[in-house]
Amino acid sequence: MANKKSLREEFTKGIVKENPVLRLVLGTCPTLATTTSMESAIGMGVSAAIVLVCSNIVISALRKVIPQKVRIPCYIVVIASFVTIVQLLVKAFVPTLDQQLGVYLPLIVVNCIILGRAEAFAGKNGVLASAVDGLGMGIGFTCALIVMSAIRELLGAGSLLGHELLPIPPMTIFILAPGGFFVFGIVMALANKLAEAGGGKKAELGGCKACPMASSCEKLANGGCEKSAESDEKDKEAVK
Amino acid sequence: MNTDNKLLTVSASPHRRTEDTTGGIMIDVVIALLPALVLSVVLFGFRSLLVVAVSVAACVILEYLSRKIMKRNNTLGDFSAVITGMLLAFNLPPSMPLWMVVIGDAVAIVVVKQFFGGIGQNFVNPALVGRIVLMTSFPTYTNNFTEPFAWRNPEVDAVTSATPLAQFAGNYSRQGVITAMNSSQMPTLSEMFFGIYGGCLGETCAAALILGGVYLCIRKVISPRIPLYYIGTVALIMLIAGRGNIQFVLYQLLSGGLMLGAIFMATDYTTSPIKTKGKIIFAVGCGVITSLIRIYGSLPEGVSFSIILMNILVPHIETLTTPKPFGALREKKQKGEAVK
Repeated sequence: MANKKSLREEFTKGIVKENPVLRLVLGTCPTLATTTSMESAIGMGVSAAIVLVCSNIVISALRKVIPQKVRIPCYIVVIASFVTIVQLLVKAFVPTLDQQLGVYLPLIVVNCIILGRAEAFAGKNGVLASAVDGLGMGIGFTCALIVMSAIRELLGAGSLLGHELLPIPPMTIFILAPGGFFVFGIVMALANKLAEAGGGKKAELGGCKACPMASSCEKLANGGCEKSAESDEKDKEAVK
Repeated sequence: MNTDNKLLTVSASPHRRTEDTTGGIMIDVVIALLPALVLSVVLFGFRSLLVVAVSVAACVILEYLSRKIMKRNNTLGDFSAVITGMLLAFNLPPSMPLWMVVIGDAVAIVVVKQFFGGIGQNFVNPALVGRIVLMTSFPTYTNNFTEPFAWRNPEVDAVTSATPLAQFAGNYSRQGVITAMNSSQMPTLSEMFFGIYGGCLGETCAAALILGGVYLCIRKVISPRIPLYYIGTVALIMLIAGRGNIQFVLYQLLSGGLMLGAIFMATDYTTSPIKTKGKIIFAVGCGVITSLIRIYGSLPEGVSFSIILMNILVPHIETLTTPKPFGALREKKQKGEAVK
């Protein structure tokens, strides 16, 4: 199936159309945790992208050797070795980044994006395609982190990459967890809009069934808020 | 047609129409809030009127703009944005910088209300979220309380004072409570009742808020159940926490945002249960969480958080308390059927 797609498509799909964080909603935990400052977000994005590309290549090369039943442990072993390499390198050359990322650096081992790509792509496709897919996804992940961290750092700490910019007191809530969710939701909505404009699949929102009031809402039986509002209007017109 | 909807089928005529409209109800709420606004101007000067005016104006403009941008119909006529603006301003100190007030309004109207579909669709109280966002973002500004009547003395910019709850905070032991109540900074109970102490601009005067609440109950805009059960629960827990000290209970009831929250915020139609039983569960829950935050929490006041937490639970309370239609058979348990 994927063979039909050109390498260019494999590369670009990860950036907006199938952005792992904003469109596939994978890797939410490191996203929310490391976007408090742009520095740590770039560090996280780049390390995850490196691990993603390397593990995709190796897993794709070994895909015919790995037995189907134990593939997940095999993937984890491959990913964990690359994470260890990256972690040791970060510790040796940028120890401040290592302190900033803390536990989230070793946690790349269980990052949904990397395991997800291994399972969904690298285990079924050729080495070159997998490398390109990993690179696209890695860049998409890094871009999402950079956009979110720029918003959060600028509004929440009044700075960008540690340089003070805002003359007014910053809104601390943006570097706290609730602000992270606010930004995440809004950026995700924008990405959906962008992807749909670019011909991507429309986001499935679950419609009325996703609403917390669904169990006690009588509108659901009439086809949800939008539909029942429409039919209300039709009724009104009919009355006129 | 779905059988679940049978109850909603309109009966045969004649039908009685009421004169109630959303706009009319909201105007009643505005009238009920006016005594507290007037007193706050008397206590804290025209600065508090300015904060309220800016907040209301910002809410109305933001509501208009966001509806326009989202290509939805204009809903300014229901006055709900005015209420949100007033309630948010009532929760802020009179010295609050005006641009921060506008940010709070933007969160309340755009994020909490319009992103979720406008009036009747917001799952938590917009004014409270606006307040909490401001509180976590600019704590030094939202906790800067001016002493009452400081505006009469033009030589001094503002005299700040600690709120009664801040003096109780972190020390709810038997001795701590008595020390706090006897401290010279603590206002007397009658001062507390008429709002002559530092605090948010609309929440200090219990007398004016209760007057507004009684008006709303007489006009049947709200039912007295939520405020009474809410305040009653706080009173009961504080009676136990204060080892039966009535004076302490009164201080707790009159301080902070309890009156404003219980009368005007917890009774919001959209975010409170419809059925009586649900209303009681909701109000008792609010009271318990408020008291627990006051006694054990790291913040001195918990009214906003308690109402928001219970707002989120409202759909589940509704599901639990939905009455069964008369004569309907009880649904058989899965287990019983499996045995057969």
